[in-house]
Amino acid sequence: MSARDRILAKLNAAPVLPKAAPEIAAWYQTHRGTESTAEKAARFRACIEFAHAEVYAVSHASWPQKLWEVLTAKKVEKLLVAPGTTHGQRAISVLSESGITCRGYEQSIEDWKEEMFHDIPASLTAARGAIAETGTLVLWPDAHEPRLMSLVPPIHIVLLDANTIHNTFYEVMSNEGWGIESQSAMPTNALLISGPSKTADIQVTLAYGAHGPKELVVLLIGEEA
Amino acid sequence: MSEHAMNFMPSEGFRARSKEVVENPFLRQSFRGAMDFLINKRITQFPSAEELETLRTLGEQIRQYNLGKLPTLLVQLEESLTRNGIQVHWAETPDEANAIILGICQKHSAKLMVKGKSMVSEEIELNHACEAAGIEAMESDMGEYIVQLAGEKPSHIIMPAIHKTKEEIARLFHEKVEGVDYTDNVDELIQIGRKVLREKFLVADIGLSGVNFAVAETGTLCLVENEGNGRLSTTAPPVHIAITGIEKIVEKLDHVPPLLSLLTRSATGQNISTYFNMISGPRKADEKDGPTEVHLVLLDNGRTQAYADEQLRKTLQCIRCGACMNHCPVYTRIGGHAYGTTYPGPIGKIISPHMLGLDATKTMATASTLCGACGEVCPVKIPIPDLLMRLREESFSEPHVAWAMVYRSPSLYKVATWLGSRFNWLTPSNQGPWTSVRTPLKPAPKRLRDLLKERA
Repeated sequence: MSARDRILAKLNAAPVLPKAAPEIAAWYQTHRGTESTAEKAARFRACIEFAHAEVYAVSHASWPQKLWEVLTAKKVEKLLVAPGTTHGQRAISVLSESGITCRGYEQSIEDWKEEMFHDIPASLTAARGAIAETGTLVLWPDAHEPRLMSLVPPIHIVLLDANTIHNTFYEVMSNEGWGIESQSAMPTNALLISGPSKTADIQVTLAYGAHGPKELVVLLIGEEA
Repeated sequence: MSEHAMNFMPSEGFRARSKEVVENPFLRQSFRGAMDFLINKRITQFPSAEELETLRTLGEQIRQYNLGKLPTLLVQLEESLTRNGIQVHWAETPDEANAIILGICQKHSAKLMVKGKSMVSEEIELNHACEAAGIEAMESDMGEYIVQLAGEKPSHIIMPAIHKTKEEIARLFHEKVEGVDYTDNVDELIQIGRKVLREKFLVADIGLSGVNFAVAETGTLCLVENEGNGRLSTTAPPVHIAITGIEKIVEKLDHVPPLLSLLTRSATGQNISTYFNMISGPRKADEKDGPTEVHLVLLDNGRTQAYADEQLRKTLQCIRCGACMNHCPVYTRIGGHAYGTTYPGPIGKIISPHMLGLDATKTMATASTLCGACGEVCPVKIPIPDLLMRLREESFSEPHVAWAMVYRSPSLYKVATWLGSRFNWLTPSNQGPWTSVRTPLKPAPKRLRDLLKERA
């Protein structure tokens, strides 16, 4: 008998009565009322700013300009972007005129790990959506914007469309059908990001920039800007 | 069972270790300050008592529902993970778990393992096993890194280095990290840790992590963290090994949001952690990073024993938030190390007997005032005080025969109390711990029944 069989046999031998399924949908129904996009955007912004992220209201037309301003203000000379995406292409075309180098994530990490860890000051990725209640960005890394892109560079800039903000985490996954093959099968890695990296491990004193990005910048695309 | 687990008797020396901490004003101050901070942070996260109550009930339902079908869910999880390309291993004991992990390391000729925070890896003493096998195991959570540098163990499951002051950490870094000058500036200390550990993430062969929730239906491993070291440990090295107790399983993805909310709000008073990392597979052919191999080790280590009993099974509802220790008047005074077990505080008192045996842990259940705070704050409503009472009863195997007889027979009781009141001058003035700070207990010269007779 293997360890697996012995563990399962012990569990199966226990006198267990099945319990009723938890009523999660019902709890969330009364948890928070529906909000307009502007209300959700405001709530999202307040929460993520509280967690020390910088948020700028931009429009579809103006975000590359704001990106340039942010990079210039932070004296960033090199940006990791995804050339295979439309937003990546736009960033490249705008920034290349201004002397900021754009680096694509085009090889496997093994081929340039040193450079990624030592020589990439900032990155730009898109967010798939966001959660208003907790001020959380939802990212599903993929071949264009791989996992380490939002993690290793000290400054992470995120493009977020206000129309993709949901009220709660529960709402995001149920509205989008997470885990359902025909709708949104789970990616190899799904991420919720709610601010720059931080720790309070030394004498409960909060310090930013523990292991992940030291700064998180959100370019929030809405109607108003 | 490992030699360590068999000979390890946390009960022995518990009193001495507690005394040491209670007499150290600096440690007392560290714990009191940190626990007050965490208690206040938690309160701000639950402004509505009603919401807290309904959410705790929901959390309890979710955990009990999933424990109710644990064996089925474990098989389902194994199927889903295997389908996703994650390799599943089962271990009954810490030794088996270590052997599995070392086997994977050796297959890859690994020299360096970076570790995200994992209490289960502490439970199996993985770092010692790695050291013995010539593999460097490096903790990367800032608190764990500090504790490892100091050659100590975590004193709190969420804040491992909470017993240390920043001055102590400053001296530690200055002595142990090459080329570091003394600084007690917390930001600078964190940046020193960041710099050292980044180089480790860059070259590590293996990344090890724990698991907060494992989703059976989708085959997803979820990790909660603030620093980013958990993401780095599970993403940068070519191989990721996750280890978890068999109880951390939920059936569906939508079981996760309520538990995540309860966990971060109860633990550190955050509405959500900085990162929530959901891993459902190794790197795919078209992807450019992420581990090419992902393993999950499922550990029993006494959990099936707790599972066998309806009441003790509730111990397994735990989502490891640490709120019970933050609110415990005993933990706050004696700190985490006094317990001598991987999991300290109220949750440690009820889970450790299953891991180490009741004999080895029997004084722990008595180190409680039964004030009930732990049960009241538990986000999944584990009745910790009831479980402590149960363990107390079980740990005293010889019934107090004479005592029971006297109380069962009215005539014997009458005689015994008569003798007690007449010979009360015989009671010793030294009554052990009781008289160290109190006057001796003495039967009254007149019994209640005598007093009532006089009144009549």
